[in-house]
Amino acid sequence: MTADSTLCLLLIAVLPLAPAGLALVNCGLNRSRSAAQSLVGALCLGAVAAVVYCAWGFSLEAFAGGSGYSLQLGGVAWNWVGAAPLFFRGLSDASAPIAAFQIFAVSFVALIPWGSGADRWRLGAACLLSVVLAGFIYPLFAHWVWGGGWLAQLGATFHLGAGFVDPGGAATLQGLGGIAALAVVWILGPRRGKFTRGGPPGAIPAHQIVYVLFGCMVTMVGWLALNLLGAIFFAQINGVALAMTEVNTLLCASGAVLAALLVTRVRFGKPDASLCANAWIAGLVASSAVAALVPPGAALLVGIVAGGVLSPAIEFLELRCGIDDPSGGIVVHGLSAIWGLLAVGFLGRSASGGQMIAQLVGIGTLLGLVLPAVYSLCWMLNRALPFRAHPHGERIGMDLHELGSGAYPEFVMHTDEFIPH
Amino acid sequence: MKLAGLGLLVSGWIVAVAALCLLPQLALRAGFVVAGLLVEGLGLFLVGRAHLESLGARE
Repeated sequence: MTADSTLCLLLIAVLPLAPAGLALVNCGLNRSRSAAQSLVGALCLGAVAAVVYCAWGFSLEAFAGGSGYSLQLGGVAWNWVGAAPLFFRGLSDASAPIAAFQIFAVSFVALIPWGSGADRWRLGAACLLSVVLAGFIYPLFAHWVWGGGWLAQLGATFHLGAGFVDPGGAATLQGLGGIAALAVVWILGPRRGKFTRGGPPGAIPAHQIVYVLFGCMVTMVGWLALNLLGAIFFAQINGVALAMTEVNTLLCASGAVLAALLVTRVRFGKPDASLCANAWIAGLVASSAVAALVPPGAALLVGIVAGGVLSPAIEFLELRCGIDDPSGGIVVHGLSAIWGLLAVGFLGRSASGGQMIAQLVGIGTLLGLVLPAVYSLCWMLNRALPFRAHPHGERIGMDLHELGSGAYPEFVMHTDEFIPH
Repeated sequence: MKLAGLGLLVSGWIVAVAALCLLPQLALRAGFVVAGLLVEGLGLFLVGRAHLESLGARE
């Protein structure tokens, strides 16, 4: 075993901390009456995604240099899907490291909309969407970006810089997850009592901010592994050069949290803990695009912008667009990812006009092809298995409704203890 | 309105990709790719408006 393969295995072992931390963040941002469902859901969605992805998703995605199907259009071959054998036969010892990386990556994608649909989304329906995301949407898009597909080849086919680059999965994981969150929120509608006719939106605060902040710290460890593995697998960076990816990841997240701290301090008089936590994640999301490709100063700038726009963007979606997103996943994962991908076009070491066009085409594909596809699939799945829980279930909380017991059974008033018998 | 918005999203993507195939000059390509993204933005706006209207009807 070489030094690099040992490093990869170590990083893959740490990688699950990223989705685990995100699950904790989502749980803390929820209401207490849906906390257990949130974490059980995170486990179930990860499990469904892993099984489906290994069964056929990995075969559709394949990897760069592997076999794929191409369409001939305009004199150019458009490699659009991998052609590895289906039903677990695509996995081999040689492809196992990248498959292990992708299993956690695909669980990440499934987890992002789960946080946005909290307090009203049925677990069964979420698992069904997880099958679609892990089995079809993610493998196809990831093949285009990471598997030697048409987006990755824009440099060779149309002379657009190095083609669409996304070493840490800002588009394939975070952007896709953010877009799926938007589609799910559109289908589900807001939580009961969030919006009332004529009045301002009701504030539904996070039930456990300690989970949220601790989740951010846990997520950071996993995210370092995510960005390092992305740099090794998809940007061919090795050895001590990897340390710069790590430095940039931390600079990006730090810039974002400090910017959010300042913005919320100015806007609300005091720093807002949940928005600062969201900014930390937003900085990590943006770092997925830039960490391996930009100098440290640029990474800090990207983080500052990601954290600075977070609070106004979340407010805009809630107040002007009627979007109820308890975890802020649409802005944190979707918008920050798009910003990071855009920044690569003009701040990256290979920045050029062609590279910028390649990045724009990638972002355009995410919004113009993947979003309608995910929304249409969600609409059809919602017809087959309704996404939204019964109103009674929403009233009593998803824990009691779906699991039969709450996350905090002792958080009740035992008045009988004080009544003399 | 929602269908029109989704249609515009896809149309914007087609404009951006067609620009790559049909236009050899970098500046023209950039212009049409940006135009495609603007069409996508319009589509996103329409789908968002449709969501707001359905929200009002639900209340």
